[in-house]
Amino acid sequence: MAKQSTAKQEQKHDAAVETRAVGTKQKSAAPNLDRIIHERLRLGIISALAANESLTFSELKHLMNTTDGNLSVHARKLEEAGYISCSKYFEGRLPKTEYKLTAGGRSALENYLSHMESLIKQMRNM
Amino acid sequence: MEPVRFVSDRAMDNLRYIRETMERATPFTGISGRGEMAIGVTALAASVIAARQPSFKLWVYTWLAEGFISSLIAGWSMDRKARATQTSLFSGSGRKALFSLAPSVIAGGLLTLVLARAGQFTTIPGMWLLLYGTGVITGGMFSVRAVPVMGLCFMALGALALFSPPVWTNWFMAVGFGGLHLFFGAIIVRRYGG
Repeated sequence: MAKQSTAKQEQKHDAAVETRAVGTKQKSAAPNLDRIIHERLRLGIISALAANESLTFSELKHLMNTTDGNLSVHARKLEEAGYISCSKYFEGRLPKTEYKLTAGGRSALENYLSHMESLIKQMRNM
Repeated sequence: MEPVRFVSDRAMDNLRYIRETMERATPFTGISGRGEMAIGVTALAASVIAARQPSFKLWVYTWLAEGFISSLIAGWSMDRKARATQTSLFSGSGRKALFSLAPSVIAGGLLTLVLARAGQFTTIPGMWLLLYGTGVITGGMFSVRAVPVMGLCFMALGALALFSPPVWTNWFMAVGFGGLHLFFGAIIVRRYGG
């Protein structure tokens, strides 16, 4: 519950930052920001999957140090955006959920990285 | 000016977060950092107890007991970590650690017998550190970077111990099996999921 409210606060915080950025001559950098992966936990999921061929739900939960509910909500959003793919299977009697980064997800992360880099460059040149 | 710096800091923070997450997620190690730290603590205690032993035979027995306790701690902590990620201890990291460490432990055991028979007691601690290091490097080849680096440190310490005065033996054992386990265990806890 606490983590969910932290995530919401961060979302609001990021939105406020971007609004301020737009208001202070960064119009060229902020409007293209990918809101799907800008959220902290979703960014973490994408980054973790970029470093691995695949990760199970439990591994991601352990890495992100989050709750089941929080992780599934954000993973679903990424899945709906086509950034990650999800497959379910059984290992013995245990049901497993495995996530993989799609080509779209990888390019979204690359775009996000160059977006952040250009934002930093712009700020330095001001 | 303040919002400008704020946006820049935020962007840098995001980049840092991506890098750290990728580092943390890159090979998720099944070796338990907390377990390594616990082994470090028991090894430090063993080095104090061993240093007080009147004979070399008792010194060896003390370290053999420590070896047994350490393997129990390692097995238990790795099993716990495997359960936390719903994997089996013997399907991945546990099996790798067992197969990579076993040859050097067996070689170490045989060499201990041979060296003790030949009266070469002072070379035994260095040989233990050296062989343990080789086993850790072998097992760590497919693990996070901290593991093979720890193995290298054990090997370096072992090599140093082989050419150092025998009075330093207990210090080498304490720094190696105690200090290195504590140090690298803490790194694994911090960076690689507990």
